Amino acid sequence: MDVKFTNDDLAFRDEVRTFFEEQFDFDLAKRVLNDKSGDYKSAIVAWQKKLYEKGWIAPGWPVEYGGTGWTITQRYIFECEKGRLGIPDAVPFGLKMVGPVIYTFGNEQQKEKFLPRILSSDDWWCQGYSEPGAGSDLASLQTSAELEGENYIVNGQKVWTTFAQFADWIFCLVRTSKEIRKQQGISFLLIDMESPGVSVKPIITIDGKHSLNEVLFENVKVPIENLIGEQDKGWTYAKALLIHERAGIAEVADSRSNLNSLKLHAAAEISGGVPILADPVFQMRLSDVETELMALEYTELRALASMAEGGMPGPESSFLKIKGTEIRQAISELALQLVAYYGGSLEGNLDPGALGHDFASKARVDYMYGRAASIYGGSNEVQRNVIAKMVLGV
Amino acid sequence: MNFKLSEEQSMLKESVTRFIRERYDFDQRKQIIKSEEGYSPDCWATFAELGWLSIPFAEEYGGFGGTIEDVAIVMEEMGKGIIVEPYVPTVLMFGQLLALSQNNELKSEYIPKIIDGSYLGAFAFLERQSRYEITDIRTKATVQDDNYIVNGEKAVVYGAGNANALIITVRTSGEQFDRDGVTLLLLESDWPGVETKPYQMMDGQMAANVTFNNVSVPQSNVLGSVDAGAELMEALVPLVILATSAEALGIMSVLNELTISYANTRNQFGAPISSFQALQHRMVDNFMAVEQSRSMLYRGLCAYGEEEAETPIECLRSLHAMKVIISKSAKRVGEDAVQIHGGMGMTDELNIGHYLKRLISINTLFGDADFHQKKFNELSYKT
Repeated sequence: MDVKFTNDDLAFRDEVRTFFEEQFDFDLAKRVLNDKSGDYKSAIVAWQKKLYEKGWIAPGWPVEYGGTGWTITQRYIFECEKGRLGIPDAVPFGLKMVGPVIYTFGNEQQKEKFLPRILSSDDWWCQGYSEPGAGSDLASLQTSAELEGENYIVNGQKVWTTFAQFADWIFCLVRTSKEIRKQQGISFLLIDMESPGVSVKPIITIDGKHSLNEVLFENVKVPIENLIGEQDKGWTYAKALLIHERAGIAEVADSRSNLNSLKLHAAAEISGGVPILADPVFQMRLSDVETELMALEYTELRALASMAEGGMPGPESSFLKIKGTEIRQAISELALQLVAYYGGSLEGNLDPGALGHDFASKARVDYMYGRAASIYGGSNEVQRNVIAKMVLGV
Repeated sequence: MNFKLSEEQSMLKESVTRFIRERYDFDQRKQIIKSEEGYSPDCWATFAELGWLSIPFAEEYGGFGGTIEDVAIVMEEMGKGIIVEPYVPTVLMFGQLLALSQNNELKSEYIPKIIDGSYLGAFAFLERQSRYEITDIRTKATVQDDNYIVNGEKAVVYGAGNANALIITVRTSGEQFDRDGVTLLLLESDWPGVETKPYQMMDGQMAANVTFNNVSVPQSNVLGSVDAGAELMEALVPLVILATSAEALGIMSVLNELTISYANTRNQFGAPISSFQALQHRMVDNFMAVEQSRSMLYRGLCAYGEEEAETPIECLRSLHAMKVIISKSAKRVGEDAVQIHGGMGMTDELNIGHYLKRLISINTLFGDADFHQKKFNELSYKT
């Protein structure tokens, strides 16, 4: 064990810091990245392309497929710097979810066709997992794919599909045979969103925004070469992806950045002539979260280290998911507490900053949408079941 | 002491319940929120007909002469419909400030108009910088002949966009944070120099920023005593937080009912999710949270009516404790309702998130849980 940073690590940190400071468009970020509408897609894609050109878009990938070959310390530094400067995570669906599935379980043609366009952010992916009757109990999904000649014919409905409105491709779990064990008979299909019979319906969430959708499939023809691995074995690939997804949901860097911004606002927000940040009660609330986050930063580092040795992450990703989302929610709750009355105002005919608390609306949106964090990617209750079974063995 | 409703109170409760059931389901509420006024004048007229607008006013002004308990009964039921009509701003804030004041001319002029439903009011106490410090006031009023000349701005004034008249807090002497030197003035919304910018809040209610540019208000429109407006406000706050605590209680009990019924019908892993112990325990905790909230509301109501039997400090301690318990319960019950409803709970289409939003607004009104817990500590733990 050696937990010190080397001189090389420190030089790397400076390099990352300089790159971020010079290349990231902080003004644009303020305007659109905090919003799910407007130019969100083009803004985040533009930033991802800069990372891609630098060769830093996929730190988690093996070098042969476009990864960075960083040590875990370098990856940790990269995340920390992102959090420190408030740089958003890349959209995970291609880079953190389907990408690893394709390079692990896909064939050569699939790797050649899809991986470069994931790395360059030319394809936007979305995730077709949940269905109206299959949420936490994902394996009970019903969307069907029947093989007819060289094509699967897909029928069914996916729900809670984040950013399907932007997507070029969707990776889907579909039922290809009705086995007794519901985990068997599931296949992993890549579907072009332009295919006839695919339609997307928006779901407006309680933050008033549109990031979720229903995706409907009506006799959609999917060429057999878009099947990942073997037919009926999709559950294995899906589980591997879920583990990646859960680890990714920890969003430690985002939490660090949100916490930093919360501290700045708490220092600027005055009550009775005194900054809220100086209020001992608020300090306790804040440090309750910050100390947990500090621990989680190192938990994530340890998970990265064990992944570096053993390949795929294990059930500890459930732990990262639970803690990460609880911390994220706790930060959003404090931000909402900080904006008091002013958090309840909706945008619209009110000028930004009309209340003198221009972070209020973001605080409200983050809190409201943040409620989903303990639901998506497998509810935190289900994650606790996973840990009980897989880690504790009870 | 007796926790049973009287026959009259049962009828009152039943009339509100029936109104919500027949006239104010979630779809009807959606239409009302979308309307230009952001509330339903028709519903308001019905409130007047049914006598709900008259409850807390004295009989000499045409009121029902009801008690705070009667108000709480109405508010609990209204909470179940998350009504957006300005009952709190008009009847409880504007109306009760009038009722608590000694200004008989203003009382005679305005209370009957509130009761008959023809007049809406609002109480503009909040400024951009003031948060929960109700005497942090920059809006200034200076004397000129028989008038005050008012300059300043109020923020997030619930109900102001539709209000015919406002009661505002102004600084007539002292410095920004001083408790003394605050005066309450009543003015009409269409007087020269009053500008109102209305907007909708996340809980569906309308609020507004109101600016005052050399607004002339007759000295006869002072409520309470000059420079001693804080006293009147401090008398109003308990009443409003009791009423909105009752509203929160109504919301929480609906959320628990809806959540249990959803958990009984939603199947995952081959069983209703209500059969999972992790969720059962959460639902039990939320059940207990609502019972504790009801107890605390009753304790607060009891303390409010019994200032003379109890010491004023005991009374205040109960009210602060009530805000603490009910805010904490509201947060957990609201958030858990979303959690147990899963993705459905996240949708704007379902009522669950809208109940949560109202609970969050109620929590911040006149101070959040931490604010009241600090006040409670100051009164309780002296060394």
